[in-house]
Amino acid sequence: MNLLNDLLPPAKSTLAHQTDALFWFVHISSLVLTIGLISVLVYFVYKYRRKSDDEVTPVITHNNKLEVTWSVIPLILVLVVFGWGYKVYMEQEVIPDDAYEVNVTAQKWMWQFKYKNGAQTNGELHVPADRPIKLVMSSKDVIHSFYVPDYRIKQDVVPGRYTELWFNAPEPGESIVFCTEYCGDGHSNMMAKVIVHKQGEFDDWLAENAGGSGGSKPSDLAPAEWGKQLAQNNACMTCHSTDGSKMTGPTWKGLFGHEAKLKDGSTVEADENYIRESILQPQAKIVEGFQPVMPSFQGQLNDDQINAIIEYIKTLK
Amino acid sequence: MDTAETNSTLKKIQVQRFKPESDPKETYMTEETGIWSWLTTVDHKKIGIMYLASITFFFFVGGLMALMIRTELWTPAKTFIEANTYNQLFTLHGSIMIFLFLVPSVPAALGNFILPLQLGAKDVAFPRLNLLSYYLYLTGAFIAIFAILNGGIDTGWTFYTPYSSTTGGAVTTMTFGIFVIGFSSILTGVNFITTIHKMRAPGMTWDKLPLFCWGLYATSIIQILATPVLAITLALVAMERILGIGIFDPALGGDPVLYQHFFWFYSHPAVYIMIVPGFGVVSEVITTFSRKHIFGYWAIAISSLSIAFIGFLVWGHHMFVSGQAALASMVFSFLTFLVGIPTGIKMFNWTATLYKGSIDLKSPLLYIFGFFFLFLVGGLTGIVLASIALDVHLHDTYYVVAHFHFVMVGGMVMAFLAGLHYWWPKITGKMYNEMMAKIACGIIFVGFNVTFLPQFVMGAQGMPRRYFNYIEQFQPFHQISTVGSYILGFGFVMVFFYLVKSLFRGEKAPANPWGSRALEWQVASPPPLHNFHHTPVIVNGPYDYHKPMEEFQLGLASSGNGHGESNVEVDSSDEEQIHAE
Repeated sequence: MNLLNDLLPPAKSTLAHQTDALFWFVHISSLVLTIGLISVLVYFVYKYRRKSDDEVTPVITHNNKLEVTWSVIPLILVLVVFGWGYKVYMEQEVIPDDAYEVNVTAQKWMWQFKYKNGAQTNGELHVPADRPIKLVMSSKDVIHSFYVPDYRIKQDVVPGRYTELWFNAPEPGESIVFCTEYCGDGHSNMMAKVIVHKQGEFDDWLAENAGGSGGSKPSDLAPAEWGKQLAQNNACMTCHSTDGSKMTGPTWKGLFGHEAKLKDGSTVEADENYIRESILQPQAKIVEGFQPVMPSFQGQLNDDQINAIIEYIKTLK
Repeated sequence: MDTAETNSTLKKIQVQRFKPESDPKETYMTEETGIWSWLTTVDHKKIGIMYLASITFFFFVGGLMALMIRTELWTPAKTFIEANTYNQLFTLHGSIMIFLFLVPSVPAALGNFILPLQLGAKDVAFPRLNLLSYYLYLTGAFIAIFAILNGGIDTGWTFYTPYSSTTGGAVTTMTFGIFVIGFSSILTGVNFITTIHKMRAPGMTWDKLPLFCWGLYATSIIQILATPVLAITLALVAMERILGIGIFDPALGGDPVLYQHFFWFYSHPAVYIMIVPGFGVVSEVITTFSRKHIFGYWAIAISSLSIAFIGFLVWGHHMFVSGQAALASMVFSFLTFLVGIPTGIKMFNWTATLYKGSIDLKSPLLYIFGFFFLFLVGGLTGIVLASIALDVHLHDTYYVVAHFHFVMVGGMVMAFLAGLHYWWPKITGKMYNEMMAKIACGIIFVGFNVTFLPQFVMGAQGMPRRYFNYIEQFQPFHQISTVGSYILGFGFVMVFFYLVKSLFRGEKAPANPWGSRALEWQVASPPPLHNFHHTPVIVNGPYDYHKPMEEFQLGLASSGNGHGESNVEVDSSDEEQIHAE
């Protein structure tokens, strides 16, 4: 069974095993049917191969009993698969009343998670173990889709409406989140992590981040180091490289102080004001060779945080 | 003809045997020549060939894009192209393969050539309309190419809003191109339905209609009922983009999920537009090469129609995780399972046809067996995806990519190749190299499985589709898949070369190289300009292999099919009297 287990990702939610059981039921019965039908085919091709050119074949036009049999048996089988699939789906759909609620906002190309006490993270969903978690999700731009393979769950995140999803991860650990609705150039980088804590650890984490995650600089970090952390947490790295390679947006390497050539032909020096404007009003100046696709971080980053990110960019020479 | 005595409307007609010419001097290719005669032709055979040439071109263009996509996926990060280029490539690969290759492949190319011959007709019902459909197809294709060169599109072939209504590029132009191609498809559908209803030869009752024609009939019904919805949807997208009318974009007060309903209302039936004609090819090839009566004629014919009908009611299974109501998902899931039943019935009937047959494993049949295995896998994984709970996990992963490639390439392209090899001698009058054909079939089969089987595994493990970058754990699967795609590509190129070579160096094909009883084989290869010098008369079913070949070569004794009798060679010794309706 080890080989079979490896074919699916580890089952890390309370409902994942139910999906897996159905998965194997359908696949193994399909395999039996395939082998059966192909064997019959191969046997016929060998047994009834043409031996002479004037062979006459018997006239067999139909056989009602046989045809009813091979219509009804598959019908019963698929109805079983239908009912089973629907039953598991209903458990995925019906959210327990005591679920812990987290708000999810999707936008090109990041996942943002907001908690009741004001805590807010980007790219990391922190949740307590062994407790139903309810996600209330919405998109700021196009359709995205929230997919955790380890939990066997997926739900589109649609602009202009809320969609919901729930799971219960019994053990602490980490699982990857993919965006599975195509959303543009950064689609394949639009990932996040679910980090499952023990209840006590989760409470500590939540308390530490109350009122907005790290609105002011942690005392043990230099501004540039904090800026690096912020850049990672806000998914800047999804589109901006720090090693000079061209991604969806211009690289940050050597950015500070250099002359950026804009789409309209003019040039601008990448100083503090330019970077600040690019973070808050990304559509104001578009660098030549790039698309105007960056979302605004107005209201998400305060002045201290923007300063820290600028300090970080200055270090990338 | 056991009902002859009870039917009071019977009249006696004189028939005689018309043996097909073995070495025709005048064929549809020699009677009117020159480029102008091709471009302005209303001959269904020439139009079919022009379609064949066009779809072959687009198949290789789309295939080249597929190879570039697979090459880019060799490494988890950038291999040789930018993310945006990659996104455009998979969009174009999908759009070209679906709208410019798969939809017209069997109906417009093979169907155009074969349908009137199988019906015993001189042409389709509306020959000029037929030419117009070809030019609409070509116009649409040119508009699409113009769009590609003028900004390109990166929306995926599904054009989901609000992404498609907000992204840059030439989305409006591209949708207009597909809009035009859609009309080509509708006109072909209208033409075929009329032809099947009104142009059948004397004696060809509905129960003697070849199953290929039944397949085309079911397909045409879907084409004329579903394609207008696509046209409307694309027109709405264009209105939103150009005029800013809020229909699908929530920023303008629209509903993006509504778009998905509209889109799949066409695009799910479109899947059956692509596969049902393939089923028709399978029935023809299996009976011919096993020299046996089809098992369950009506079951196969009716199952095509019921697939066409139920196929209209299952579009919501593309939207289980879109946010549609759970009740809607349940109903769509249930109906989807019902489509599986007629499809399964076909598979069993084809297998039963082989029982006690006289099976000659020639290359067309070999391609059909390739179809058989690949389509079986494609169909059964469709059952997996129809189950809601499993679809929640597998939706938009490589599992789905593998599933529809098994159905579309493993099923439809294999059936198309089977049909192409089967009718090649009739179309061109030349035989291809049988050995090469078998080797190529093997290479394609192996290459296909190496490409797409690993995609099931990585899909089940959670690899999402349309990803430019991916996490490293999936790299081995991607690399196997990429190697497979090169093998597959080589196989297709090989087919192209030996078929083209046969045009110049191939042996002359006899009128009926496979010993088939179907009507298209009872004329010379290649056929005369107006198909039959006589009016064919049908007394037997198309799969009555227990009856002698002479009974399948009958025509009205008195008529020259409107062309005078001077150029008809009559074997008068076979003249006989037969009761016909």
